[in-house]
Amino acid sequence: MLTVLGAYSWINIRFLLEGAWVTVLVSVCSIILSYIFGIILGIIRYVQIKYLSAIVGFVIDIIRNLPLILIIFFTYFGLPNIGFKPDPIWASVIAMAVFESAMVAEIVRAGIVSIPVGQMEGARSTGMTYWQALRYIILPQAIKNMIPAIVSQFISLVKDTSLATIIVLPDLMNHAQIIYGQNTNYTIPMFLALAVMYFIVCYSLSLLSQYLDHRLGTAKKSGEVEEVVQSVER
Amino acid sequence: MISIFQNYGGALLYGLGQTLLCSIIALIFALIIGSGFAILEVVPNKFLRIIAKVYIEVFRNIPLLVITMFFYVVIPMYVVEISGFVSGTIGLILYSSAFIAETVRSGIQSVDPGQMEGARANGLSFWQAMRYIVLPQAFRYVIPPLGNQFINLVKNSSVLAFVAGFDLMYQGNVIASDSLQSMSTYLCVGVLYLILTLPLSYYMRYLEKKLA
Repeated sequence: MLTVLGAYSWINIRFLLEGAWVTVLVSVCSIILSYIFGIILGIIRYVQIKYLSAIVGFVIDIIRNLPLILIIFFTYFGLPNIGFKPDPIWASVIAMAVFESAMVAEIVRAGIVSIPVGQMEGARSTGMTYWQALRYIILPQAIKNMIPAIVSQFISLVKDTSLATIIVLPDLMNHAQIIYGQNTNYTIPMFLALAVMYFIVCYSLSLLSQYLDHRLGTAKKSGEVEEVVQSVER
Repeated sequence: MISIFQNYGGALLYGLGQTLLCSIIALIFALIIGSGFAILEVVPNKFLRIIAKVYIEVFRNIPLLVITMFFYVVIPMYVVEISGFVSGTIGLILYSSAFIAETVRSGIQSVDPGQMEGARANGLSFWQAMRYIVLPQAFRYVIPPLGNQFINLVKNSSVLAFVAGFDLMYQGNVIASDSLQSMSTYLCVGVLYLILTLPLSYYMRYLEKKLA
C-alpha cells in the first residue's frame, strides 16, 4: 500500500504538473490558431468565391476525414523529407492547428447557415454591401450561436493533445508513462492521476459550454450546430 | 507514392483489413452498450439515471489514449494477457459507446413526449412503449449522427498504432521506417483512410439533407 502511495510523492506530482503545463501550452496555442484560421476558412467556404471556396471546402473535407495521429506523424516525420524540421512542440501545435481549423471551419459554416436568410436579405435591402451584411449582421449572430459548439470542439482538442506523446512531446501522458516506466508499482496510480487530471480539465470546460449555452440562450437555436458538433467531436 | 503501393501493397491492405475489422467489432459493441446507457439515461428511476450519467461523462472526458493504454498496460500486468488489438478494441468500444449514448439519448428526447404518454395511456408498460413506440422513431433521427460516429470510430481506430494493433497506421509507421520515405508512405496511408471515411461522410451529408 505504501509503495502505491509513493507514486504521489512531491517529485512525481511536480513532474506530472510540468507535463500538464506542456499540455496546456500546446492546447492554448492550437486553440488560438485554429479559432482564427477556422473562422477565416469557414467564411471562405460559405461565401461562394469562384474555385477558391470549392477547393477550400474539399481540403477541409479531406482533413476532417483523416485521423489526427496521421497528421501528427506527417508533420513530424513526413515534412523533414522536404526540408522542414519542426521540434515536437511545434510539430504538435501545427498538426493540431491544421486539424482543428478544419473542424472549427465546419462549425462556423454550419453556424452561418443556421441564420435565417431573411437577415441577409434585410441587411442588403437597407443598403449594406454583402461584406458589410456579413460582418455586422450575420457573423455576430452566428458566432453567438456556435460558441458552445466551439467550446466542445476545444474539449476534444485538449484530449487529443495526448496523442502527441507518440512524437515524444513531453506532455502529461508522456510524463506519466516515464514515471510508471521506472516503477511498475506506480502504473495504476499514474493512470488514476491521468484520468482525474484530464477529467477535471475537460469536464469543467464541458460545464462552461453548458453554462454558455444557457447564458446565451442558444440552447434551442444551436441545435443544428450541435448536430454538426456531434459529428465533429472525437 | 506508387512505388510504396507496389512494394508494400500487401502490408497496407492487411492494415486496412485490421482497421476495418476493429472498427466494425467496436461499432457493434459500442452500439449495444451505448443504446443501453442512452435508455438508462431516460428511465424514471433516478439511481439508474445517475449511473448512466457518470459512465457517459467519465468516458467522454478522458482521452481515448489513456483508456486504451490502461487496457494495454494494466490489464496484462494484473489480470489477463490480451493482445494489442484486443486492448485497443476494448478502449475504442468504451470511448465510442459514451458518444453513441449521447447521440441516441438526444434522438430519444427529440421524439415528442406525447408519443410516450399516449403509449402509456394505451396500457403499454414503460419498456414496451420504449421498445415499440419511442425507439423505432428515435432511430430515424439518429442514423446520420450515428454514421458520423462510425466515421470517428474509423479515425480513432488509428490509436491501435500505439498498442501494436497492426492496423493501417501501425503498418504505415513500419513501412515509413523501412522505406525511409516517410512523406509518401503517410500520403498512401492517408489515401487509404480517405477511401474508408470520405464516401461515408458524403453519404451521411446526403442522408442528413434528405431526412431534414
